[in-house]
Amino acid sequence: MTLQTNIRAMKKTLVLIAAVAGLGLAAQPALAAGEKHTPRSGGFSFEGPFGTFDQGQLQRGYKVYREVCASCHSMDLMHFRTLAEPGGPFYESGQASPAENRFVKALAKEAQIGDIDTETGEPLMRDGTPADRFPNPYPNPTAAAAANGGAAPPDLSVMAKARHDGANYIYSLLTGYAAVPQGLQMRPGQNYNKYMSGDLTPFMPEGAEVPPGGFIAMANPLSTGQVTYDDETVASVDQMAKDVAAYIAWASDPKQVQRKQAGLGVMIFLFLFAGITYLSYRRIWKGVAH
Amino acid sequence: MAESVETENGEGGDASRRDFIHIAAGAAAVGAGAMLVWPLINSMNPAADTLALASIEFDMSKVQEGQQVVIKWQGKPVFVRYRTPREIQEAVVAPMSALKDPQADGDRIKAGHQQYLVLLGNCTHLGCIPTFGAGDFGGWFCPCHGSHYDTSGRIRKGPAPTNLVVPEYAYLSDTRIKIG
Amino acid sequence: MSEHASTYVPKSGVEKWLDTRLPIIRFGADYMSLPTPKNLNYWYTFGGILALCLIVQIASGIILAMHYVPNTEMAFASVERIMRDVNGGDLIRYTHANGASMFFIAVYIHMLRGLYYGSYKAPREMIWIIGCLIFFLMIATAFLGYVLPWGQMSYWGAEVITNLIGAIPLIGEPVLIWLRGGPAIDNATLNRFFSLHYLLPFVIAGCVVLHLWALHTAGQNNPVGILIPKDREKKDMLPFHPYFTVKDGFAIILFLILFATFVFFMPTALGHADNYIPANPLVTPAHIVPEWYMLPFYAILRAIPDKFGGVVAMFAAIGVLFILPWLDTSKVRSMRYRPTMRTFFIIFVIVALILGWCGAQLPDAPVIGEFKTFILIDGDLNSYLWLTRFTTAYYFAFFLIIMPLVGLRETPQPIPATISEPVLSGGYAMTAAAPASAEKKG
Repeated sequence: MTLQTNIRAMKKTLVLIAAVAGLGLAAQPALAAGEKHTPRSGGFSFEGPFGTFDQGQLQRGYKVYREVCASCHSMDLMHFRTLAEPGGPFYESGQASPAENRFVKALAKEAQIGDIDTETGEPLMRDGTPADRFPNPYPNPTAAAAANGGAAPPDLSVMAKARHDGANYIYSLLTGYAAVPQGLQMRPGQNYNKYMSGDLTPFMPEGAEVPPGGFIAMANPLSTGQVTYDDETVASVDQMAKDVAAYIAWASDPKQVQRKQAGLGVMIFLFLFAGITYLSYRRIWKGVAH
Repeated sequence: MAESVETENGEGGDASRRDFIHIAAGAAAVGAGAMLVWPLINSMNPAADTLALASIEFDMSKVQEGQQVVIKWQGKPVFVRYRTPREIQEAVVAPMSALKDPQADGDRIKAGHQQYLVLLGNCTHLGCIPTFGAGDFGGWFCPCHGSHYDTSGRIRKGPAPTNLVVPEYAYLSDTRIKIG
Repeated sequence: MSEHASTYVPKSGVEKWLDTRLPIIRFGADYMSLPTPKNLNYWYTFGGILALCLIVQIASGIILAMHYVPNTEMAFASVERIMRDVNGGDLIRYTHANGASMFFIAVYIHMLRGLYYGSYKAPREMIWIIGCLIFFLMIATAFLGYVLPWGQMSYWGAEVITNLIGAIPLIGEPVLIWLRGGPAIDNATLNRFFSLHYLLPFVIAGCVVLHLWALHTAGQNNPVGILIPKDREKKDMLPFHPYFTVKDGFAIILFLILFATFVFFMPTALGHADNYIPANPLVTPAHIVPEWYMLPFYAILRAIPDKFGGVVAMFAAIGVLFILPWLDTSKVRSMRYRPTMRTFFIIFVIVALILGWCGAQLPDAPVIGEFKTFILIDGDLNSYLWLTRFTTAYYFAFFLIIMPLVGLRETPQPIPATISEPVLSGGYAMTAAAPASAEKKG
């Protein structure tokens, strides 16, 4: 077989594989009428194969989470020490270990963690340490739902992976609160958001054009200047939404940037390996008619 | 090993095993294998949450004179003992020749805090937890195979080979230590 | 052809000692020197790729099992612990999750290769049947494994699929309770699914051994589809090593490039976002879909209006594969020389892809544009419901009607007398003196 037929055969294989993979990628559920808007792009620095997180943005995003969101939304799967992992908001390149990072120790100390007295067994609250999880605002899921009109605020630990196009979705949602469209029957305790999933057809008069989006139990949580950033960035709603979306995207998968960087090395190795092996293959098969 | 293959132009079937390109491909394959296996093995090393619990702090004022408190650190018991002056004296004057594992008492405490002993609570023989205050030397006695430790935690009699281990610890203040 | 005399000669003392007690080196040496048809193309490398996939899944799975906790309270969190705290855990987890998808990409190509070149036909029926068994076990393993992270899709996918068992008349309900270990999917279910998910890959490995044993007994097929007689062995065959070990190795590297692209750069692309929401028995996701590789069978399940009928059709879609060797009546193996059948085959591949697409769609959704036509029985004609039904009909017709009939009716192209012939004459041009009768039967 000549090089041309080799390559043709390989191309056919790759096309077929790509077709199958493309099918898998495209196999999203069908969209019903009146579907939510496609999320707006937050222009995030971490998108793409070479993207990285902006540490300043992550620090601002953490502040927004801690001061605004954490009063209702838990991040049960996050520990304070994770904030000091390489690529994280408070990583310092001289730290002995993430748990010894000075910023993380200070941040953890600000949190009050429920524990028991080591001698009497009585429940008490103590200062947090880096090894502790983020404290949950509610003692249990039932209390969370009861305090929020029956709908518990979802945990945000992996929220960027739990929604399609997560970071952009979170950014869009937080900036997507708009005036209630004409004729939309509001349900009590609900707010209208352009980017929320749902079907508003039952809540519009017969025959009227159904607006995109759906009802969300959370009222608009952000207002200008709500948080004072330490780096003096202007805390507009747009800025805070971007920052907290970036922070949540990092928290959902703290190792993603390291993984992409390792991936680059692996791909280079694999291409070289493929080249060497192909040459070996040709050498072995040289002159053999097949 | 390969049979010679009939080909149309009579060459190429018996590719030389020593061709550089084959060695290179083989080496790359070994490299790839190592790159695949290493993360699997490394994943069994202690994870980040295990490493984070590597240090704990303890308030010494919880220990009464002549008593000990047992705390758990890295899954093991730690004895924190407040020695009486008599116990300290016994530990200091003991001759090195009487010790199976010679070590001065001064090397087993922190300067200025010689009343406190911080020791790993596992017998150095096979790991049982010695009982406080028992045995012939006033320190500890291990009930499993009869090892006697003195008031500095050093082995005096019995099958244990070495003294009770002093873990890495430091005083953060007069009443607070950090272990690990 | 299957009786290939061993040419191994033990050299050292250790080798001789071992050879009379456990001839494992002889076994390996014979495997390496096995004569293999020299005209195998790249479609034939997917067997080796599948072996790699199985090894990768077992290795990564065993490591994951060291950290995963099969308890409903801790499963989701234990997986996230693997992602965050375990050294390299994120890579291992994504390798395992994407490895399942890669496994299925490879197995579908491998099966289509078998269909195209007639590798299921005599004397290779057992290779094919064991292969179908492996495929069925793979689906079962994948289904069990997807439940373990205990996300919304894990829970509700398990709910839907186990409910199908309940559809079996008479024994359905008690068997369903037995399977779940209770009235609903809960801790008992999760624990046993973990145990079975750990077990089945080793059953698959055992079947792979049988699969290879059958292959070595009947002999490797080739793109021309003819048996290679003993007197042609020297001219038409090459030793497995190094010719095909290196070729398989090269194909594996290309496959790893695709695998690495997913694992490192788009690890969640083939999954579903809803599975990052912890399982909630009181909230149903908007669209319950299985992983992409099960979509064609999911589509077939939903195409039949009757619940039990759907279950039967879904299992029949896999079951029909087992009897394939007896459905195809053609004397010619390779579709290279069966142009009529080849056309139907290409349509079959397209139909399978469409079925997969349908599996992810809402049945009511329109296929073309937004307009409605007329209601046919229970749904609009321009809906995925009917597209699924038409493609399901073709799927079964391909095996049960087209294969038997075309085999009897078509006139295949003349088959070359030897596999060297097409190469030497510069293409697939046949000599007139090589009709189908040159093909040895059986």
